[in-house]
Amino acid sequence: MEAIFAQLLNGLDKGGAYALIALGLTLVFGTLGVVNFAHGALFMLGAFCAVAFRELITYEIVTTDPEQLSPWGSPLEIRTPIAQQYLGDWGAVIIDYSVPLSILLAIPVMLIIGIVMERGLIKHFYNRPHAEQILVTFGLAIVLQELVKTFFGPNPIPQPMPSTFRGAADVGSWLGLTPGAVTYPWWRLVYFLFSIGILSAVFAFLRFTTFGMVVRAGMADRETVRLLGIDIDRRFTLMFGLAAVVAGLAGVMYTPLLPPNYHLGMEFLVLSFVVVVVGGMGSLPGAVAAGFLLGILQSFASMTAIKNLIPGIDQIIIYLLAVVILLVRPRGLMGRRGVMES
Amino acid sequence: MNVLRLPRQDVILFAVFAIVVLTMPIWLTPFGAAYPGLMQKFAIFAIFAVGFNILFGLTGYLSFGHAAFLGVGSYTAVWSFKLFTMDAIPALIFAVLMSGVFALGIGFVSLRRSGIYFAILTLAFAQMSYNLAYSVLTPITNGETALQLTNNDPRVIDMMFMERTAGLPSPSIFGQPLGGIGGFYLCAVLLLVAFFIAQKVFASPFGMMLRAIKSNQTRMSYTGFNTRPYALTAFVISGMYAGLAGGLLAVTDPLAGAERMEWTASGEVVLMTILGGVGTLVGPVIGAWLIKYLENIFSAFNEGMLHATFSWLPDGVEDIVVAVTSKFVGEGWHLTLGLVFVLIVVFLPGGIMEGVRRIRSAVANRRDNRRTRFSTSAAE
Repeated sequence: MEAIFAQLLNGLDKGGAYALIALGLTLVFGTLGVVNFAHGALFMLGAFCAVAFRELITYEIVTTDPEQLSPWGSPLEIRTPIAQQYLGDWGAVIIDYSVPLSILLAIPVMLIIGIVMERGLIKHFYNRPHAEQILVTFGLAIVLQELVKTFFGPNPIPQPMPSTFRGAADVGSWLGLTPGAVTYPWWRLVYFLFSIGILSAVFAFLRFTTFGMVVRAGMADRETVRLLGIDIDRRFTLMFGLAAVVAGLAGVMYTPLLPPNYHLGMEFLVLSFVVVVVGGMGSLPGAVAAGFLLGILQSFASMTAIKNLIPGIDQIIIYLLAVVILLVRPRGLMGRRGVMES
Repeated sequence: MNVLRLPRQDVILFAVFAIVVLTMPIWLTPFGAAYPGLMQKFAIFAIFAVGFNILFGLTGYLSFGHAAFLGVGSYTAVWSFKLFTMDAIPALIFAVLMSGVFALGIGFVSLRRSGIYFAILTLAFAQMSYNLAYSVLTPITNGETALQLTNNDPRVIDMMFMERTAGLPSPSIFGQPLGGIGGFYLCAVLLLVAFFIAQKVFASPFGMMLRAIKSNQTRMSYTGFNTRPYALTAFVISGMYAGLAGGLLAVTDPLAGAERMEWTASGEVVLMTILGGVGTLVGPVIGAWLIKYLENIFSAFNEGMLHATFSWLPDGVEDIVVAVTSKFVGEGWHLTLGLVFVLIVVFLPGGIMEGVRRIRSAVANRRDNRRTRFSTSAAE
């Protein structure tokens, strides 16, 4: 019982990441009708926003102190990170909280990247075949990840989480189980809550604002919305930017859990495509449900008991599920009628 | 021999192609690419791309998991070396058959869907094979260390005829060792065979059927054709091509690792096909050659060579130019590849072959215009 509960928790944070990426992917598909293979690269770019932010604020200023001598006789060099140099103790706090703070950097950066990408490239592919959309965005993903590789190198760059969130929460004892039976790292809990927050924000945005209403109308019937005199294309471009921001934020917050390297995006892309397909192309609730479902399934499959029963199941469970879903329920869990059925 | 007959145009094409392939060691010398290792790769990846094109070019089904068959071919060939004999022929036959079986299974399931769903399904299968090869199937695939020959392999058939010698044996054909240029000629001959079969497929009613699937599958089924067996046949054929390529990779270098099945490898063959020209006979071959050649050239470049290349520029400018271009060569050559790929898809979706056709028709048009102008002026 406790083991099952623990695995359920373990699946939540990964599921949250899948849900966030898949949400953006399916949003882009539902609005622009474009299959975006570069979406994983956006996740990766978000993660590297966090890396860049940290490198920026921990840039070391070297001052020499003539009073003190280093062990080999020269004046002692003191290296202070730039943030600490100018902000003192607050600087140290900022450095400690660099990952959540880099959200502030990631939002504008990802929005701009998203809009530039859409206006510059994706726009020309609205009416081209899906195969060509896949190919051009695949090429774009290669370009983006190689650019990151030239600037940040090929190795994973670990990002520390804020010191407050190190260690694990004793979730079991909150629920009246034996203390220490079910623990869950704080940061993963934070990530799960964060993803829930972002997901609800996006849903609320689409549900309760005029902008969101127009976008939903456009998803349902683009032509009619356009005939009503609304510039739907511009709003869709913004939606692409929004999807990029969501993917980017998912990436920023994921860095303490998985040190980002340049091909992080590709790894998550394949999985999040599977998530979208399982959830149903173009269905937002489907993407979220499938994201969490797959995350949890994956963590169940990596339980030792199950691995002993069916060796290797943890490696393939997601793909296996995708195959089964596609064969018995081609529209996915919550797919709409008439989407991608040709 | 009706089986071997081709339309006249195709015969000429085949003859030219054969000459080009077989004289590779000669005409590649000025490009500095005439060494066996690279030429073997040219031939092998051309086979892979030609096979992929039979599926993607004719039926329009975009498979993102073809590298799985390449990997299966490699593993099978190495196992044939280990268990039976170092001769290349049985290894290749097993490789082709085994990947054909895999393709039959995967294709049978995947072809139930089309479009992007098909792409995802094939991708899912390839990822499954890749992950399994790294984890539970380690007894068969040897996981991360890659499957290699060892000195105490059984090699049942070889052992009947000769003594176990010290040192690792190398692949051979009819007792002749297959090092260097010999290996290339084996690959080249098989490329010709593969190309010929592709020509036959393109020219046959079967090929016509596949094209019809691409242009309008619904109408095909309304006319009473069950399209799935045709698509499945195409899938299996192209899987076998991939298996042959994988087997040849193992023959030229008896080693098989799971990274051959990774989905970036599947992406690479898509890229070769697109770059050359989807649905054309020669296009994929050109695409494969170009990519392998550029990979070889670009990844070998380093900063010293760049400095030598741009030494004629003024000092400051030279440093900047070198700093910028060095991002695109050596380790960063994938960046160039990605850019070329994006540009091709945006501006020339038909690949190099479409470019050639456009230029040719532009030239022809101009000639026509001139002729009509002359004739009208003569008429006056």
